[in-house]
Amino acid sequence: MKNPLDSLWGTIIAGVILTAILYYIVKNVLN
Amino acid sequence: MDLVPILARWLHFLAGVMWIGLLYYFNFVQVPALKAAAADNTAAGITKHVAPRALFYFRWASLVTWLAGAALLGNQFVNAFTLSKGMAGIGVGAWLGTIMLLNVWGLIWPNQQKILGMKPATDEEKTRARRIAFLASRTNVMLSIPMLFFMAGGWSHRGTFGL
Repeated sequence: MKNPLDSLWGTIIAGVILTAILYYIVKNVLN
Repeated sequence: MDLVPILARWLHFLAGVMWIGLLYYFNFVQVPALKAAAADNTAAGITKHVAPRALFYFRWASLVTWLAGAALLGNQFVNAFTLSKGMAGIGVGAWLGTIMLLNVWGLIWPNQQKILGMKPATDEEKTRARRIAFLASRTNVMLSIPMLFFMAGGWSHRGTFGL
């Protein structure tokens, strides 16, 4: 599988997905 | 009026814009430009005159950003980093920023010194350094996306998180 960080779009999409995951954790687990 | 948080926030923003601005410059402009420049043998201009200057402001801006952020957190510093109740949003932002700072000083800068010839390295070491620096830089672009989300909204917009 290609590393998503090798492309700019892959990097941006990975960042957005990570944002959603962390938002869920902050809102529902840490709060 | 307490002047320290006002000045810390101002400096945090100024240095942060320089740090992340140069991070985006490297990833969105310089990396593709070097690829094109390598094809017509003009990359030396970038690696000799542009990259060292950009890296200088990039790495020092990262440190100033972190220190000003720490000053801005003040007596909430420990609460943020331990993700205490009500501080988890900004705490996640602070952790992401800290990981990014460690990436700059621990991976990007030492490997860029090899790539740019500031430190002795064999061709094989340079090839490896290029890959490590590239992936560390791309990781920071990825982390900057949630980092800015939590920095912008983690503390001041507590309602967003129901904190």
